[in-house]
Amino acid sequence: MNILVFVESADGKVKKNSLEAVAYAHAMGGNVTAIALGNVDKADLGSLGTYGAKKVLHAADAKLNQGIIQAYASVIAKAFQDENADVLVLADSSLGTPVAARIAAKLDASLASNVVALPDTTAGFVVKRSIFTGKAFARVELTKPKKVIGIKKNAAVVSQVGSPCAVTPYAVPLAETDFATTITSSEKATGEVLLPEANIVVSGGRGMKGPEHWGMLEELAKTLHAATGCSKPVSDMGWRPHHEHVGQTGVKVAPQLYIAVGISGAIQHLAGVNSSKCIVVINKDPEAPFFKAADYGIVGDAFDILPKLNEAIKAAR
Amino acid sequence: MKILVCISHVPDTTSKINFTDNNTKFDSNGVQFIIGPYDDYALARAVELKEASGASVTVLNVGLGDTEPTLRKALAIGADDAVRVNAEPADSFFVAKQIAEHARSVGYDLILMGRESIDYNGGAVHGIVGELLGIPSVSPVMKLDIEGTKAKLAREIEGGKEYLEVNLPFVAGCQEPIAEWKIPNMRGIMSARTKPLKVVEPVAVDSGIKLRQFELPPPKGAVKMIPADNVQELVSLLKSEAKVL
Ligand SMILES: Cc1cc2nc3c(=O)[nH]c(=O)nc-3n(C[C@H](O)[C@H](O)[C@H](O)COP(=O)(O)OP(=O)(O)OC[C@H]3O[C@@H](n4cnc5c(N)ncnc54)[C@H](O)[C@@H]3O)c2cc1C
Ligand SMILES: Cc1cc2nc3c(=O)[nH]c(=O)nc-3n(C[C@H](O)[C@H](O)[C@H](O)COP(=O)(O)OP(=O)(O)OC[C@H]3O[C@@H](n4cnc5c(N)ncnc54)[C@H](O)[C@@H]3O)c2cc1C
Repeated sequence: MNILVFVESADGKVKKNSLEAVAYAHAMGGNVTAIALGNVDKADLGSLGTYGAKKVLHAADAKLNQGIIQAYASVIAKAFQDENADVLVLADSSLGTPVAARIAAKLDASLASNVVALPDTTAGFVVKRSIFTGKAFARVELTKPKKVIGIKKNAAVVSQVGSPCAVTPYAVPLAETDFATTITSSEKATGEVLLPEANIVVSGGRGMKGPEHWGMLEELAKTLHAATGCSKPVSDMGWRPHHEHVGQTGVKVAPQLYIAVGISGAIQHLAGVNSSKCIVVINKDPEAPFFKAADYGIVGDAFDILPKLNEAIKAAR
Repeated sequence: MKILVCISHVPDTTSKINFTDNNTKFDSNGVQFIIGPYDDYALARAVELKEASGASVTVLNVGLGDTEPTLRKALAIGADDAVRVNAEPADSFFVAKQIAEHARSVGYDLILMGRESIDYNGGAVHGIVGELLGIPSVSPVMKLDIEGTKAKLAREIEGGKEYLEVNLPFVAGCQEPIAEWKIPNMRGIMSARTKPLKVVEPVAVDSGIKLRQFELPPPKGAVKMIPADNVQELVSLLKSEAKVL
């Protein structure tokens, strides 16, 4: 089986979720080729060999420095054909998921996003995917000869299985029509832990009373090397930026630890956090529904508990 | 300007999910169906564009007869007419093929949908439709303004956003805060009853996905409560029991 992995990058570095995609492909067994587009650090690409890639294709054309959905789909679909690939694996993301859809249409491939575990190939090619926004799973058979798989965070364990591999330049003719969208600018939080990739998330709700109190949450997040998140009303009111909004209509997180402070635990919020390994809830109302979805709970005032918790964690480290 | 908004008919976000027939069928017993929340944002933005510049808004659903109340609700919110492709939505590709077929026959300037459905969470239909029609697709779109034949968009990316420009026609998968959800008013509800709702038959598509079985996550264990004056205990449990610190 030939497996192609689309490796995403940010600021010239391979993204962490793409390492999971390489690890996933390696664990499937078969011949793993990775492809990266635009400006990416060569050494970083070579190190993909450590996680299971046999070789890395690098389409370094400067026109690919920006993630244009159509152009990325064309280049990756071409590589899929050139490499005689059977399966494309990528990490679901704001770029990966829409790109996967176009590639599947180009290749007439079976498509599954939100895949949470390795395929079961004992009879057919069956993947387990998350559905109903984390409330259930479906085992679906991918029946076409070509397959495109988008994986969710934690679908594979990243481990060192080899040594750095060769990075081969991959030259493709780029069609002008694939660049019909132009990215004029972007805004990005820098130096912080990104919410979708974070291993620990500290999240605040309306119980935090106002944006001026977020310093407390940020302190705790800093101590834990965590990302900060929030409930929908908090981003609706502009207390926090929209990309921090967790839930049904926001970011779906899957950290090791999710700490919810002053969030009631509405079912739509829970839909975004139910893939967390461990949930801690801090709420002054003992009847808050979030406690039912929690592993650990503290009933109390956030403003009293947050500083104490921060000190206790600092002391324990 | 002609706008097409694609509407999925999905269980209300508060629904308890259950399956029947040895976990091979979704149990719709007692489930309320709604316009997909992301599709609702797309529709709200389309109606705003209509109010601002006199666009026409058509809504389309791929579904069986039971989805018509959902389409009527979209009409009540402000769409002008509705199309139902009379078929069970088998998978993303099947749905996209039906949408592309209809869109090709009419020729829309703008095709709006949600970033993803909330049943299958594919996040795929917009991309596939774009590919089938040979036009750009952008998702997830959180801001959309039309200036003549051009659109200015903002797309959410991890930890921020990206601003884009694209010429019409194109497909957008929408999310908040592109617009605020609209609640139908009495006049809307009344007029929706007589707005045209056309039923068309599907084109044949060979699906690439076969359901084997649904599965529910294992039930959550009981919560362990910790006294507010003993955060140290929480920290030690997180370290030694949960092993997440
Ligand atoms: C279609 C749809 C989609 C939605 N999508 C989302 C989504 O993606 N994400 C999301 O979050 N919501 C979503 N919602 C909204 C959701 O239903 C809830 O309204 C929302 O999650 C509530 O936010 P909250 O918990 O911050 O606020 P509240 O429900 O107001 O809860 C505040 C909590 O803070 C506690 N509190 C108050 N003061 C303190 C204190 N000093 N210390 C400790 N605790 C305190 C209170 O006891 C209360 O439990 C959606 C709703 C709909 C209809
Ligand atoms: C295994 C499985 C079996 C299923 N069986 C059935 C079934 O028997 N009956 C059934 O009704 N559904 C069924 N579904 C759901 C159905 O397959 C999905 O609605 C469809 O595949 C599109 O979902 P998506 O997640 O790919 O869409 P996405 O790509 O996530 O959706 C993006 C946008 O496309 C638009 N869109 C999505 N679906 C439609 C639609 N039907 N009409 C118009 N616009 C749409 C919406 O604007 C949506 O926001 C099933 C899902 C699963 C998991």
